[in-house]
Amino acid sequence: MKKEKEAIAIPETEEGTVLFKVPFPKDLKQLKDMSPIVTLQHYGINYIHSYGQDSPFFAGLANGRLLGTRCASCGYIHVTPKLHCQQCGGECEWMELPKEGRIHTFTVCYFGSEEFLKETPFMLVLVEFAGAKTLMLSRLLGVAPSSASIDLIGKKVRPRFKRNSKFKPTDLYFVLAE
Amino acid sequence: MRPVYMVSGGITKFAKAHPEMTFQLMVKKAYDYALADIGLMHREAVDVIDGVVASYFSDHFTRQLMAGIMVQDYLGLVPKPGHRVEGGGATGGICFQEAYKSVASGVMDVCLAYGFETMSHVNTWKGNEFIALASDVNFDYPVGGFYTGYYAMMVVRHMKEFGTKVEQMALVSVKNHINAYHNPYAQKREQLTVEDVRKSPMVAWPLTRLDVCVMSDGAAVALLASEEGIRKLEKASGTKLRPVRVSGIGRGTDSMRMADRPHGKVILLPHESAGDYRNLDYPGIHSFRAGRMATKLAYEMAGIKNPLEDIDFVELHDAFTSSEIQTYEDMGLCKYGEGGKFVEAGNPFLPNIDYGVKLKKKGTIPVNPSGGLMACGHPVGATGLMQAVFAFWQIQRSIKKHFGNDLLQVRDARRGAIHSHAGTGTYVTVSILEKA
Repeated sequence: MKKEKEAIAIPETEEGTVLFKVPFPKDLKQLKDMSPIVTLQHYGINYIHSYGQDSPFFAGLANGRLLGTRCASCGYIHVTPKLHCQQCGGECEWMELPKEGRIHTFTVCYFGSEEFLKETPFMLVLVEFAGAKTLMLSRLLGVAPSSASIDLIGKKVRPRFKRNSKFKPTDLYFVLAE
Repeated sequence: MRPVYMVSGGITKFAKAHPEMTFQLMVKKAYDYALADIGLMHREAVDVIDGVVASYFSDHFTRQLMAGIMVQDYLGLVPKPGHRVEGGGATGGICFQEAYKSVASGVMDVCLAYGFETMSHVNTWKGNEFIALASDVNFDYPVGGFYTGYYAMMVVRHMKEFGTKVEQMALVSVKNHINAYHNPYAQKREQLTVEDVRKSPMVAWPLTRLDVCVMSDGAAVALLASEEGIRKLEKASGTKLRPVRVSGIGRGTDSMRMADRPHGKVILLPHESAGDYRNLDYPGIHSFRAGRMATKLAYEMAGIKNPLEDIDFVELHDAFTSSEIQTYEDMGLCKYGEGGKFVEAGNPFLPNIDYGVKLKKKGTIPVNPSGGLMACGHPVGATGLMQAVFAFWQIQRSIKKHFGNDLLQVRDARRGAIHSHAGTGTYVTVSILEKA
């Protein structure tokens, strides 16, 4: 019953218009009926962003190694690293994660945030590793988006690494192991 | 702590954009409505209101730090005490509870909670980017930060774990949109079918565009008072108030990253037993531990033993159809895993509305009789307060007065729960309102 009318609309862009003058009434009482003035304003920033205590994870990716942390006190494994244990507060040690994991869950994004819109459709995956109760968020490659089904859950996956690291978590991605 | 009451509320209709108003005026309109509803003039209100709590989620959307105080001075409520709270999607719920605490503690007799969001200031996909910045920017956001994607992953696991079906999720959308059809405050008023929802464009498998709420501009206010505050307000306005008691508040949290959620034991509600969940790893990513914690605390405080018997309706945070189903379970309306069947049977529908679907147990406990976020809109900082206002009107039995029709009035509404939810389940609030 609902028609997707947007599908046949001409694309709208935001650039192009600068407002210089607007009509102005002689009678100030008419000002409250005026249309709002809407202008386009840019806002952009470069941040000097440190990964701090999580830096070794990114150094690992640059060297083709997938690192997590293990609590020195209670042994809890943080697949996505934390220097301090979320269970007991103890300090953790860096460890290499197994070379193979399984798909815990996934999705196919057909839309996304503006930054990733050009990459759609892409697959997000949460990967589980034997012996750990925490997961790793990553991209899943090599699977056709149209083949999305619950049956993908539990399939074995292997990490792969970008040759030229960008020092982002996307230096890592996963592919099916079999 | 002393008893706290909600005494009035107002909403500035949620819309795709309100370019004709700045955020100050958006809040002012809701505030004026709330004052007019109890016959209070501005001058009297300024005398009686002891302070405020401001709610807006995103400094990115606002592009104005300390926007809270700009609202407060526009309302004429400086130099009274005030502060802003922020907790993602739960900002409005947190604001309501902080106002509650201001009154319960005895610090204030009358406290105004107000919230707004101006999401129209950027395009939809940039807006999604701003929202996704409420995920870990070291590990999560750069992978493809997109909240619909996160929730899709959660419900895919829910489907695997419990057999939940996409058609059950679509029923949530049908229910909330058709409820909103009768709510003049709703942004979207559409008569939908399950087929419409499933045929809508896929956003993140298996969630379609009609499984996801929209972005909005809007504002809402809630006026809270002690018994002494009620006496002052009645004296100032010369009218008899119809207050609603806030009888319980609860809040819970969980790790920012979904990937960090552990697999342990279920936090049990009074009507559940450990035997119900022998083989369930909890919360995993299929359930919201924060929602369960908030529920447990709020129910304990309000003396609720079994929500199905002790609560008449729920307004909950349905940013996604899937999260409404997950939340039925967190709030104990059904057991974990039964959310899909719970909606399929008709339990959360209104008994008197025609949804074009055959429902066996229609209207056991109406959920989102207003239409929820799904159809009313989700201007984040206002959303949790909108729920409070709708719940307040339900218990006051004044829906007809405010909506112009009483189709959404829950019959004999004595007690309701409101639920506000952030992130992938990082902050969740549950508050209980009941007949004074």
